[in-house]
Amino acid sequence: MSIRTDITEPSYLEYKGKYKGIFSWIFSTDHKRIGLLYLFSILIFFAIGATIGLLMKFELIAPGKTVMEATTYNAFFTLHGIVMIFAVVIPGLPAVFGNFLLPIMIGARDVAFPRLNLLSWYLYVAGVTMVVISQFAGQGPPDTGWTFYAPYSFRTTGNMLPAVFGAFLLGFSSILTGLNFLVTIHRMRAPGMKWLRMPLFPWALYATAWVQLLATPIIGITLLMVVAERTLHIGFFDPSLGGDPLLYQHLFWTYSHPAVYIMILPAMGAISDIMATFSHKKIFGYNFMVVSSLAIAFVGYFVWGHHMFTSGMSGTALYTFSLLTFLVAIPSAIKVFNWISTMHQASIDLKTPFYWAIAFIFVFMVGGFSGLILGSLAANVHLHNTHFVVAHFHFIVFGGTGFAFFGAMHYWFPKITGKMYDARWANIGLVLTFIGFITLYGPMFYLGFEGMPRRYYDYDEVFHAGNILSTMGSWVLYSGLAIVIINLIASVKGGSKAPADPWGGKTLEWTIPSPPPVENFEEIPEISSGPYDYK
Amino acid sequence: MTAETHRDDLASKTGMWLFLFTEMLLFGGLFVVYAVYRYRNATAFHLAASELSVFVGTVNTIILLISSATIAMSITAIQLKNKKLALLLLTLTLLLGMAFLVNKYFEWGHHITEHIYPGSAVLALRGQGDILFYGLYFFMTGLHALHIIIGLAFIGVVGIKIVRGKIASDNYVLLENSGLYWHLVDLIWIFLFPLFYLIT
Amino acid sequence: MEEEKAHIVPYRTFLIVLAGLIALTLISVAVTQIALGTFTIGMALLIATIKSSFVLGIFMHLKFENKLYTVVVIAVIVLIASVIIITLMDYIYR
Repeated sequence: MSIRTDITEPSYLEYKGKYKGIFSWIFSTDHKRIGLLYLFSILIFFAIGATIGLLMKFELIAPGKTVMEATTYNAFFTLHGIVMIFAVVIPGLPAVFGNFLLPIMIGARDVAFPRLNLLSWYLYVAGVTMVVISQFAGQGPPDTGWTFYAPYSFRTTGNMLPAVFGAFLLGFSSILTGLNFLVTIHRMRAPGMKWLRMPLFPWALYATAWVQLLATPIIGITLLMVVAERTLHIGFFDPSLGGDPLLYQHLFWTYSHPAVYIMILPAMGAISDIMATFSHKKIFGYNFMVVSSLAIAFVGYFVWGHHMFTSGMSGTALYTFSLLTFLVAIPSAIKVFNWISTMHQASIDLKTPFYWAIAFIFVFMVGGFSGLILGSLAANVHLHNTHFVVAHFHFIVFGGTGFAFFGAMHYWFPKITGKMYDARWANIGLVLTFIGFITLYGPMFYLGFEGMPRRYYDYDEVFHAGNILSTMGSWVLYSGLAIVIINLIASVKGGSKAPADPWGGKTLEWTIPSPPPVENFEEIPEISSGPYDYK
Repeated sequence: MTAETHRDDLASKTGMWLFLFTEMLLFGGLFVVYAVYRYRNATAFHLAASELSVFVGTVNTIILLISSATIAMSITAIQLKNKKLALLLLTLTLLLGMAFLVNKYFEWGHHITEHIYPGSAVLALRGQGDILFYGLYFFMTGLHALHIIIGLAFIGVVGIKIVRGKIASDNYVLLENSGLYWHLVDLIWIFLFPLFYLIT
Repeated sequence: MEEEKAHIVPYRTFLIVLAGLIALTLISVAVTQIALGTFTIGMALLIATIKSSFVLGIFMHLKFENKLYTVVVIAVIVLIASVIIITLMDYIYR
């Protein structure tokens, strides 16, 4: 595929259509602009969530009250969770990079339902607005944790309804995005792009879309039940009326476990593409990568009980869920093996996206192994609700999805903006982020193992040293992230002009100009070979 | 602004099917709750179910089945270029749907006048099994009725488009999609009916 | 993309299926009046499943569409059933 140099049509950034100014963005149905609308919103909420995290860690630098009351701490960890999970990581890669890149990578001009795509973003904005409102209106912010466990969630005086409704809207946004991507991939691949010629990022989005579609409605109905419990005293989760709080946990986690696969699958897809490009080598075991994505999506549906090992489930449920949890780790392990094998005897280009990918593999493995430890019934009794769990999910969600997000940001930055980022500052930011990350979350494994509980604003003096180290890590991490993000923002204006293919990539996005024209392709390409067609 | 709008009826229909799956999962969560609480309160559910009118339930079931047939036939009518018949059948569907809602209104009204509704003092005095049965009854039939209203609105919009010629024998995927949605609403009731009325 | 001639279902087919559905409804009412103990609900659900397959197959046109749609519909139903069964595994064995 040769790179066209004669295209004079405007890029999607310069295009002048029916609307002017800000309206040309918030009324746009161009998948590329919608991707950027999501990026803008998600970065704002990431900053909010990260700042709350920073304040939480500052409270924990010493036992007892440091800067806030216990009730504030409860509200903070609730908001931190709601924002990070529902407003940042779940939409994350699909909403930003899926929207921007999916049509291009399969040779299409847009997604199947562009107006539905814009509606998804509107629902996102409405959802996060409700979450913000929940902080200030009524009787005080919610303090249940992002998990909204019954019976506290229907007894607390905190503002549950706006928060729950916000989560509902965000879920609806996710469902519609998944629906859109499924139809797009089924119906709009370019001629010759058979299923097994699709790159791994679209494949990851495909597997993810099924989970978005089929898992999210469960949390939708569960949240509606919480509303009914709070307002109508319907009794589903209230023991005094015959309900079982554990049933809430079953329903909640039936979605929220597949949700973590919504978070990680696109991340893995992005890492695969980055690995192939910077190794200048076809990804090792492409077919296994495809099957493992689908397997993770499928098996991931049946492991939710591992969040409830100490809640009072039956013995049968316990060992069924534990066994399935171990099984779901296998496809992930296959992926790690294949990424490393891709690098073997490859001609590696040491660039920022590649460094993020390496960092990802390391922290993802730590997160994954700690997940297996938690998946073991006996160990779980000791570790549940301790900081060990907090370390596990930050390694795998922040380290996993988060690092992949930053890797993807740098990888596709030239394509999206038409500029090159400053590599020196990008790498400085990465190193600081990595050091801060390990310093912040590493000690939590030890603290949790030694018995420090999670979601408590106070702790025993014996945990003090570990917490000081952890909190200092949060400062380094925060600074690193600031450098990373500010560098990217500054590079939008000040970066050097990017060519269509700065990395020697072989997927379709590198055959069109940077930034792309509105309709992506002058002519829809005809595909005659698989992706990663390196010689 | 995007690419020139291309028309892909199969994409449209596929999108509708995918949306139906989300609705199935949405109600699926409620069936989970039903299964658990029925298992734990089998006798109470059995006794409480006998307080519902099997006659009204059966009539409502048949109403929805007929309305499913009428909307399915309206698609045949549109394909055969019989605009009048299509509109007649669609109107019938609407009327039948509204009849269902009227029945539901009277059914619920009957319970509410006896002070049996979620959170009522009377219900609270009855056993936990009864509280859960009626909680599920009102929630599930209520959510179902909401979907009937949405379906009727969808059908209404489609009817107007047929009148204006926007939907015709060469462009009727929207009618098909409204039919699919309506059939789903019928399907949910096909399961709600035995689970609440026939477990006596 | 070319449109192949669309499949048209005759009115008669719909009316026959409707008659069958109404008959099945009345049968399910009659059958459940007989006390079959724990099998009552099973019988009622079985009839409901049969009715559903007609609605899905004929009214919703699945019988005449690409087989893939039927496969996915069944997969979704199996998924829902699995979630119910696995959740019940907790309650039954407590």
